[in-house]
Amino acid sequence: MSTLAQSQLRETFELNIGPQHPATHGVLRIKVVMDGEYIDRAEPILGYIHRMHEKMGENRTWNQFWPNMGRLDYLSAIAYNHCYAGLVERAMGIVVPERAEYIRVITAELNRIQSHLLGFGAYIMDLGGFTPLMYAMDEREQILDLLESVTGSRLTYCYFRFGGVYNDIDDDFITGTRAFLKRFRPQIPMYHKLVTGNVILMDRLIGVGPVSAELCRKYGATGPVLRGSGVNYDIRRNEPYSVYPELDFDIPVYKECDSMARYMVRMDEMVQSCRIIEQALNKLPEGPVMAEKVPKSLKPPKGDYHYAVEAARGTFSMRTVSDGTNTSYRMRLRSPTYSNVSLFEEASRGMLLSDALAFLGSLDPVIPEMDR
Amino acid sequence: MDRAKIKRELEKLAAEGLPAEQPQEVAPVAVQAEAEGEDKAKAKAKKEEDVPRKNGVIETEYAKRGTHLDVQINPDQVVRATEILDGEGMTLEMVTGVDWIKEGQFEVIYDYSYPGGQLFRVVVRARVDRNKPDVPTVCHIYGGANWHERETWELLGINFVGHPQLEHFLLPEDADFYPLRKDFKP
Amino acid sequence: MNELIRLLAYMLGLAAFLGLNLAYLGWVERKGAGHIQRRTGPKDVGPYGLLQPLADGLKLMSKQLLIPANADRPLYMCAPILIMVPAVLLFVAIPFGEHLVPREFNFGLIMMFAFASVGGLSILIGGWGSGNKYSLIAGTRAVSQNVAYEIPMLITAINIVMITGSMDLNEIVRQQGSYFWQWNVFRLDKSILMPVSFLVFFICSLAETNRTPFDLGECEGELVAGYHTEYGGMGFGLFMMAEYANLVIGCSLTTILFLGGWQCPFGLFPGPHWFLIKMYFLIWCFVWIRWTYPRTTFWGLLNLSWKYLIPFSLVNLLLTALFIKVF
Repeated sequence: MSTLAQSQLRETFELNIGPQHPATHGVLRIKVVMDGEYIDRAEPILGYIHRMHEKMGENRTWNQFWPNMGRLDYLSAIAYNHCYAGLVERAMGIVVPERAEYIRVITAELNRIQSHLLGFGAYIMDLGGFTPLMYAMDEREQILDLLESVTGSRLTYCYFRFGGVYNDIDDDFITGTRAFLKRFRPQIPMYHKLVTGNVILMDRLIGVGPVSAELCRKYGATGPVLRGSGVNYDIRRNEPYSVYPELDFDIPVYKECDSMARYMVRMDEMVQSCRIIEQALNKLPEGPVMAEKVPKSLKPPKGDYHYAVEAARGTFSMRTVSDGTNTSYRMRLRSPTYSNVSLFEEASRGMLLSDALAFLGSLDPVIPEMDR
Repeated sequence: MDRAKIKRELEKLAAEGLPAEQPQEVAPVAVQAEAEGEDKAKAKAKKEEDVPRKNGVIETEYAKRGTHLDVQINPDQVVRATEILDGEGMTLEMVTGVDWIKEGQFEVIYDYSYPGGQLFRVVVRARVDRNKPDVPTVCHIYGGANWHERETWELLGINFVGHPQLEHFLLPEDADFYPLRKDFKP
Repeated sequence: MNELIRLLAYMLGLAAFLGLNLAYLGWVERKGAGHIQRRTGPKDVGPYGLLQPLADGLKLMSKQLLIPANADRPLYMCAPILIMVPAVLLFVAIPFGEHLVPREFNFGLIMMFAFASVGGLSILIGGWGSGNKYSLIAGTRAVSQNVAYEIPMLITAINIVMITGSMDLNEIVRQQGSYFWQWNVFRLDKSILMPVSFLVFFICSLAETNRTPFDLGECEGELVAGYHTEYGGMGFGLFMMAEYANLVIGCSLTTILFLGGWQCPFGLFPGPHWFLIKMYFLIWCFVWIRWTYPRTTFWGLLNLSWKYLIPFSLVNLLLTALFIKVF
């Protein structure tokens, strides 16, 4: 072979960003074929934490399936609870009392803040800045303490029931939440000053991992990934559920399509969640927290039902095929991370390895929800 | 995105797929309610039995079901339906497989939604024979379908014809069973 | 005879100084990290965690030294030792006080840079010898980084040599007068950009010692642990100690060249205590920067050096030469 042809031969080597890796937010394996420092092909390999929740949905009664909802996306478990509760309530026509709806929204938004804090901390840690993680954990512990006092679990919540919530919130929770909001609100500008304005971080995030709105549409990516690409799509606005229509909040949308845009969407969402919680606390009515006359053995009518909520990572929806018995015939869970990470293969072609890992972090994957 | 246009085109597609001898009952629920007396009685009787649903478009009540349009088509029409919906800017959210073991069929359900301002959810279903479950793939239109179809194949055994990588995904590489089937014994 | 006693005394003294530094700089780093991150660092082992380095050392020594199957045995075993040797050797030329120098070399500055380069080579040896793709990538990155940042460092050091007229480290310190405005960093009569060249030298030291934000050689999160992924037990311990030794050398060099070494800022009692104070202040800055900034990308790192620092330091060199000639 001539020397010119020889020098143009690309020698690629295969690298395994293995299941155990500090940067892959869980057990995700990515088989990467690399050409020097550039990625030629990246293939995510899932299944390391596949527990077959969908089969469990068929084998358990509707009520027995509740604990599974907390174990899917452990960071955003209340949103999952919300979807499942909404699904069966839609099927059976159960009306949830208003106080329960407001409690659901308050806990869901607290959960969203907590999830975004961890996502932010872990992401910056991937990039080498170890300090913001500790600061974020500090705030997060306050939220987890609040939610633990009401739900009983620290992370994998199983708090909602068909027809309401299982435990009413007390004054301690309300004053604690208000105190938390007061402490947390000035922290976000501090994070922006410390972290977002940092030249090195901006260099690492701006322009990295461009994901166009069209690519998001083809892959079904939702949540901050879609909103960071300029598309204003949030289930809380577009397909309102619970009492979100009565609350006033903005949906942050950034047009730049890069990792910085996705990061800023999450930071702004935390601010908006604070607004929602405050309004919900102000509007919280008195009343029961559980609907009356919810049958102990649920038998939704035959047919297909579908429900979608906005989890911290995107649209979480469930489709159930019910055959009128007390177990579901088919329970399908559509997790946002599954669709978000599916675009990694196409979007990471030709990226540098460090950039690809920064891009993966900006998609904020949580692997247990991806593998179910 | 034009809802009426989508509905029209899907109705046309579904009508093409109907077998020749059956009368065309492609009509939304509102029209069915205006049927004459005998048809009404027949319709009631039909509802009580488990009559297999014919190909067609039904407008469902969102508050009850969570979707707006419910379309049933033949498996070989799946690609055309996907092209219609892709042309109108819809996104494919998930692909579900259901094992109807009593009827000896698999059902593949595609969930579409509109990621823009209006709320519009479309469900496209196709039933295949359980012994030869071949459905053409749509992953050349929607990249996201790649993983969803792979998972559906792996858990149920529905073969997506033309899929570039129908390999084990969530289960270990040497799994030779389909866990989500109703006759699966661990 | 006198010479022998002197030599022995210095060897023991340096060994003690070095050993204490290497052990306790780790403690400083962890405590500093803790307090910056709103938590306390180690506090259980001994008062304020002061016996933590002892515990760490015992732990590392008691670990099994595993050699991976496809590692290159001689290279793998050599690398930690090779990286410690230059770091320790360099202490022979550092002037702790006016008469407290183990040996005065009249080419002291050049010697320091020469030995520091050997450290870069041993990182590559460690990365290659591990037989691990991650380590290899990290080793090559570390070498490119070392080479790229040595150049501005050398050029900035040449400035100092031009001003002083000698490469002897003690002479450089002597020529900076007692008062702090006579230190090289503030001697604007020699070059108007002197403080900036101090900054350049500081950044280059950060990069040479592989500290965040330039720690791509060992970045966790991307390449697990970079060139020392495959080292466990005392091999890893030696890499860590070498990093701290390099840190001490880098800060001492910066102090000597720019901050007046053992000179007192107010002309009162010059001596080794001032040297140590200044050096530890710089070390604290290194620790502070590490826990505040994220990591740069590799491209950003190299760009910074080749596109910004090197042209700037060349311009600075010309400027200094001009000033010396004219004034």
